[in-house]
Amino acid sequence: MTKSELIAQLAERFPQLVAKDADFAVKMILDAMSEALVRGDRIEIRGFGSFALNYRPPRVGRNPKSGEKVSVPAKWVPHFKAGKELRERVDQAI
Amino acid sequence: MTLTKAELADLLFERVGLNKREAKDMVEAFFEEIRNALETGDGVKLSGFGNFQLRDKPQRPGRNPKTGQEIPITARRVVTFHASQKLKSDVELAFDGTTA
Repeated sequence: MTKSELIAQLAERFPQLVAKDADFAVKMILDAMSEALVRGDRIEIRGFGSFALNYRPPRVGRNPKSGEKVSVPAKWVPHFKAGKELRERVDQAI
Repeated sequence: MTLTKAELADLLFERVGLNKREAKDMVEAFFEEIRNALETGDGVKLSGFGNFQLRDKPQRPGRNPKTGQEIPITARRVVTFHASQKLKSDVELAFDGTTA
């Protein structure tokens, strides 16, 4: 499912709204979620899961082409942990 | 600070002009549609944010850490999330090696 398919599904669920509202709502939700992570905030959606940043310590990597050592600085990366309901529904589906 | 469904609903009320009921229902439906897709075995691609994918894990041997008894960990399907290149680089730039 893509973003535009998600928007279409939501527009169908809310026939009283104009199609543009579903489009705007999805973009607004995703922007708010991205902005929260960029601020370093967590996102907790009960029954769905949580998003947080994980720390990656600095390390010495290698340029795969030249084999030369390069130092890779520490960084923070987004991480998602599925919530109980999502985990169970996905697993029971097999 | 933690972002929750309540804050997302407030945002839709204030900025999209949905009424309070619609805003709350829209946030709930947003996550429910994603859960539905994943439940039916369909991955979800949200460009600019990231992708939710499904992985089938085979059964593997496990152990009860208390008793040391061997018990198999059954085969299962799990959800993984891969942040988009944009989200990853926005996060990296915002912290630039400093504490979150």
